[in-house]
Amino acid sequence: MEPITQLRSRTVVMPSTNIDTDQIIPARFLTTTTREGLGKALFADWRYDAAGNPRPDFILNRPEAAGCQALVAGRNVGCGSSREHAPWALIDYGFRAVISTEIADIFRNNSLKNGLLPVTVDEETHAWLLAHPGTEIAIDLETCTVALADGREVSFPLEPFARYCLMNGVDELGFLLSRKEDIEHYERTHAK
Amino acid sequence: MAALTMFEKVWSAHEVVPETSDTPAILYIDLHLTHEVTSPQAFSVLRERGLPVRRLDRTLATMDHSTPTDHDQIFGGVPIRLESARKQVEQLERNTSEFGVELIGLQSPQRGIVHIIGPELGATQPGKTVVCGDSHTSTHGAFGALAFGIGTTEVGHVLATQCLLQRKPKTFSVEVQGRLGPGVTAKDLILAIIGRIGVSGGTGHVLEYRGEAIRAMSMEERMTVCNMSIEAGARAGMVAPDETTFAYLEGRPRAPAGELWERAVDTWRQLPSDPGARFDREVVLDAGHVEPMITYGTNPGMVLPLSGAIPSSGDEVFRKALRYMGFEPGEHVAGKAIDVVFVGSCTNARISDLRAAARVMDGRKVARRVRMLVVPGSQQVKKEAEAEGLDRIFVEAGAEWRESGCSMCLGMNGDTVGAGKYAVSTSNRNFEGRQGTGARTLLASPLTAAAAAVTGRVTDPREFLG
Repeated sequence: MEPITQLRSRTVVMPSTNIDTDQIIPARFLTTTTREGLGKALFADWRYDAAGNPRPDFILNRPEAAGCQALVAGRNVGCGSSREHAPWALIDYGFRAVISTEIADIFRNNSLKNGLLPVTVDEETHAWLLAHPGTEIAIDLETCTVALADGREVSFPLEPFARYCLMNGVDELGFLLSRKEDIEHYERTHAK
Repeated sequence: MAALTMFEKVWSAHEVVPETSDTPAILYIDLHLTHEVTSPQAFSVLRERGLPVRRLDRTLATMDHSTPTDHDQIFGGVPIRLESARKQVEQLERNTSEFGVELIGLQSPQRGIVHIIGPELGATQPGKTVVCGDSHTSTHGAFGALAFGIGTTEVGHVLATQCLLQRKPKTFSVEVQGRLGPGVTAKDLILAIIGRIGVSGGTGHVLEYRGEAIRAMSMEERMTVCNMSIEAGARAGMVAPDETTFAYLEGRPRAPAGELWERAVDTWRQLPSDPGARFDREVVLDAGHVEPMITYGTNPGMVLPLSGAIPSSGDEVFRKALRYMGFEPGEHVAGKAIDVVFVGSCTNARISDLRAAARVMDGRKVARRVRMLVVPGSQQVKKEAEAEGLDRIFVEAGAEWRESGCSMCLGMNGDTVGAGKYAVSTSNRNFEGRQGTGARTLLASPLTAAAAAVTGRVTDPREFLG
């Protein structure tokens, strides 16, 4: 995983609450055995009509969404299935951060493990972001803040170890493997 | 000594290294269930890094999500028609064979939905930590296990180290007083709970279902309740083990036997939350007030008693959900014409669910223009149902009787509802397109699903239960 400290991007706004992982990537795209190339399936049922043509009114099909790396979503984004294909699809499409007032647990975990930043902000900041689609934001992991175009800097919570892994490009598997002696000790003392 | 919750007891017994302010806990995993959809990329990581599976004796694989449910593609020598699904199944066969992982394969009489076969085999036991790359792993919490869904990266972590890095979640007591009325099921109760606490009400928490109504439930009913904990945002739900739990487990193939059984039961008796244990949150419901429930929107929190009317809201997301469903505020879902009935899924495809549906269907016919699919949760459930003659009741009524699998719950294997069509489904998610693009899902109990199949309309099943 590439280390990440800062992200500066314009935002795409999808105000729907409870955007579930079946919307982020429908189940029919999960019969894959790799993690690559899922960006084309991102939001497939919202992005394309029955004939496979892009729906012009869907935000990701509009010119102003091009190049945006930050997705501002309604409350409780990423609920539902544990499919890691959801963050894989978002990342493959080009997103690097998802911002909401509430982010579902498994989706948050999966995002962190792939370098997609889950950013939980307060209601007031969220309302401002929803009202200003396309605004330029700067996310800083050093300070755990989001800088807004109106000059405000708002902080967001990030689990310290996840933050360390993101900023240093450390993968958790390497960390777990380095604790082999602890695991062996546990297995010896908790024999079943 | 401080009074502890059941969750705290199970958690602390599995801390390889406790959490600190800087690092999450390293949590030991007793049982890792895996399937074809969320494991291929994890096995690839092991291969790339030259790592073995650490504990083959704690790892069990099966295939359920993308597998077909028609007999010919499983037993008749016909290749799996959906090519990507066939490749995924073959990849799991290769991965398990290469790494030495036990696989309950396509033609095994023990195969079924992963959350149905774990308990059925007696592999799911009180006090264990159980994970699977699937959010409905919460099902196993019905035994007093700490069971939760994980992503594919974490599947790799468990394969390689038998451990996960986890922050300790908060606790949430859901106490259900009184008893459910006749014709009101565990499914109706969990839908009512989700309606009460909301689809993100359990986020960051482990639920513990308690109270008289839970104690009175069979293991299969408790599994239905725990299964949908994730639909309230909670990764895990738990029920304290008791005599019902022990009676269910005793004699199952992977449960302890003989002297080990006695010792295990003694240990399991220590698991329930201590009197006076404090939970971070608490909610109390009265089971006597729960009615048969049905969803009307595009998440499981958009749910009503069958007697109720769809509420109105100025919220654009709410209105969009109703537009998707083709419903108006103020309408009753009861009485609506439906196209498909699905009895299946890890929520409601155990033998008691099929018996409930059969009780309504017995001697009756599926309504004209309605398609009914009955998909047992496992091959064992299928065999048991056939021994009781339930298959004949369904087939004579005009329903399709299938091989086990996840099937139309998520439509990965090609079993889908059809765009714009209404399905009364015993599954767990009514998200847009969950049962196939454009499908409109109404979540309900097996009784309500069967009643809808007979009348062709959303119907209170109590009309059929004299």
